[in-house]
Amino acid sequence: MDWNLLISQLMNGLQLGLLLFLLASGLTLIFGIMDFINLSHGSFYMIGAYFCGTIVAYTGSFLLGVLLGLAGVFVVGALVEWFIARKLYRADHLDHVLVTFGLILIFDTLVHILWGASGMAIPLPDVLNGQIILGNLVLPTYRLLIIFAGLMVAAILYLLVSKTRLGMLIRAGASNRTMVEALGININRLFLIVFALGAAMAGLAGMLIAPITEASIGMGNDIIIVAFVVVIIGGIGSVKGAFYAAMMLGLIDTLSRSYLDVLLGLTMPVEYAETAAPALSAMLIYILMAAVLAFRPQGLFPPAGMK
Amino acid sequence: MLVKLIRTTIIASAIIVTGMAQAASVKIGFVTTLTTPAGVIGEDMKNSVELALQHIGNKMGNLDVELIMEDDGFKPDVGKQKTDKLVKQDDVDFVAGYIWSHVLLASARSVLDADKFLISANAGPSQMAGSRCHKNFFSTSWQNDQTPMAMGEYLNQIGVKSIYIMSPNYAAGKDMANGVENTFKGEVKGKDLTKWGADAQLDFSAELAKAKASGAEAIFVFYPGKAGGAFIKQYQQAGLQGVMPLYTVFTVDSIALPKLQAAGLTGVLGSKNTQEWSPDMDNAANKRFVGDYLKKYGKYPSFYGAQAYDSIMLIKSAVEATAGNLKDKDALRKALMAADFDSVRGRYTYGNNHMPIQNFYLREVVEDSEGRWTTKIVSTVYKNHQDPHAKDCKM
Repeated sequence: MDWNLLISQLMNGLQLGLLLFLLASGLTLIFGIMDFINLSHGSFYMIGAYFCGTIVAYTGSFLLGVLLGLAGVFVVGALVEWFIARKLYRADHLDHVLVTFGLILIFDTLVHILWGASGMAIPLPDVLNGQIILGNLVLPTYRLLIIFAGLMVAAILYLLVSKTRLGMLIRAGASNRTMVEALGININRLFLIVFALGAAMAGLAGMLIAPITEASIGMGNDIIIVAFVVVIIGGIGSVKGAFYAAMMLGLIDTLSRSYLDVLLGLTMPVEYAETAAPALSAMLIYILMAAVLAFRPQGLFPPAGMK
Repeated sequence: MLVKLIRTTIIASAIIVTGMAQAASVKIGFVTTLTTPAGVIGEDMKNSVELALQHIGNKMGNLDVELIMEDDGFKPDVGKQKTDKLVKQDDVDFVAGYIWSHVLLASARSVLDADKFLISANAGPSQMAGSRCHKNFFSTSWQNDQTPMAMGEYLNQIGVKSIYIMSPNYAAGKDMANGVENTFKGEVKGKDLTKWGADAQLDFSAELAKAKASGAEAIFVFYPGKAGGAFIKQYQQAGLQGVMPLYTVFTVDSIALPKLQAAGLTGVLGSKNTQEWSPDMDNAANKRFVGDYLKKYGKYPSFYGAQAYDSIMLIKSAVEATAGNLKDKDALRKALMAADFDSVRGRYTYGNNHMPIQNFYLREVVEDSEGRWTTKIVSTVYKNHQDPHAKDCKM
């Protein structure tokens, strides 16, 4: 057993899980509180990456890119809520899907018009391109930064949701929206803040991944499916559930990509294992989702009061 | 009676008119990927095809060229639909293009069953070179195995003892891995086939950690398009540069290099790859192609572009050799088989399976006189190389 390999793979899984959490926490709140299915949540992820890349290209500062980019995505999220989502809360889920699918196309095309088809590389400062060495373990600095940033955001979100008045309203909204409205809370403002906050977190995930994979059109559409899986496994509307489910999926995905071919190789010829392993590891998270839906349809950690 | 006469006249003249319109032009359908992140490759091919048409004044012999571009969306099913449309609705004479092996495999029958010519400008799946070879299928690229075979041969030459292989999990990815395993004499310490397609895997952290733990001396990868840039960034961030030298095929090209340069990834300078073409090739056709491409689009063309440019020139040579008689398929086929045109890679010939028999070169990433990153030929690995699947072709 190569322990160094296992530790780096666990770190890789953690990193993927935290990125998924950034996406899924906004998605689960929007889904849970407003009962709004936002397929275009992945577009915020893409827009975040492009905003950050553009600012980095002009200023040369990655930190500035992330901070201004976050503000930019927050504003875009607020505008989408104000002009589009708000009119649809009372509509059918199918309408949500249709409109937000249209939004995906609009955002993808806008990005194509503004930035072209070729994608955008985001240069990192040299110190982030390096590695941190602990004994025999060599970890890329930037991946550690993603883990650190992800954990920070998770902690802030935890404090926000569990210790503040806004958080109380969010939790109340996720459990019973009608009651919150009946108690005279300005639900419109709450929705606006949650939506924009969710967008900003998705944007942050996009900014963090782009220096690794580069920003490209439709980058959010691939990962949003996995984010929905996280939401369903964790329980709709539950930030805590989103956190645990995202960690679980991140680890399952990474560990199966690293060890499944060896495991399968024990039971079948190596050449079959080589082909079957990537296919199976891509399926595992969906198998898990199917199992959760079958045995615990409300998710693993549903918000209090939700049945 | 009069009505009948008028009707017959109208129909007859309609037939004559459409017949004339057909004879006055050669219709070429071109299938590539114009959307999704892989659209950058399609853009390069489109640019090159347009440049080729500009170079030949949009004429082949005395026929005008009518070009119809289609986007396969990086999906085999869409590629097949678009191909069907080109064949049935547009009734083109030639269908060219195809970046992806799985798209080509899905689309080939639609063209070949309709007795039209299919010219692959990139994809070279082993099936089309071997058991599924066809009299009307020609390639202006290579068979997938060949380029990695050349790389395996080069690794033997420099005495590399063990490698780790990474490649996407689709038709060409498997061919590439087989190609290098076919010629490399050392030990393959491990192999990863990663998820591919419109939602391809772009984060290779798990695989890179495995590669490193495997203790292999070098790493061989095939990641075309956007995945290539992502891979190289992560390779450098993982600190493998200098520890496990990187050898690639179809990964470090004119599409990836400007972005790698923008991201300041100097690690890729000096890295080696194999290819049948390079922008610095010293022949008149290539100088004109690369020079005008640089002038028109402000960047280097990639091998995808070079092969797309060649596909137009190959069609032109055949149309001219048959004096524009597109009905005579046998004569056209004979003319295509002769490959009597100045390819930008230099002249090549066709084998029994209509795959080029050509040289493969070792290329190195260098900075040109204007500070742009590009590739330069270092040496010739294979002279007049034929692919290993030709023997399975019954032609």
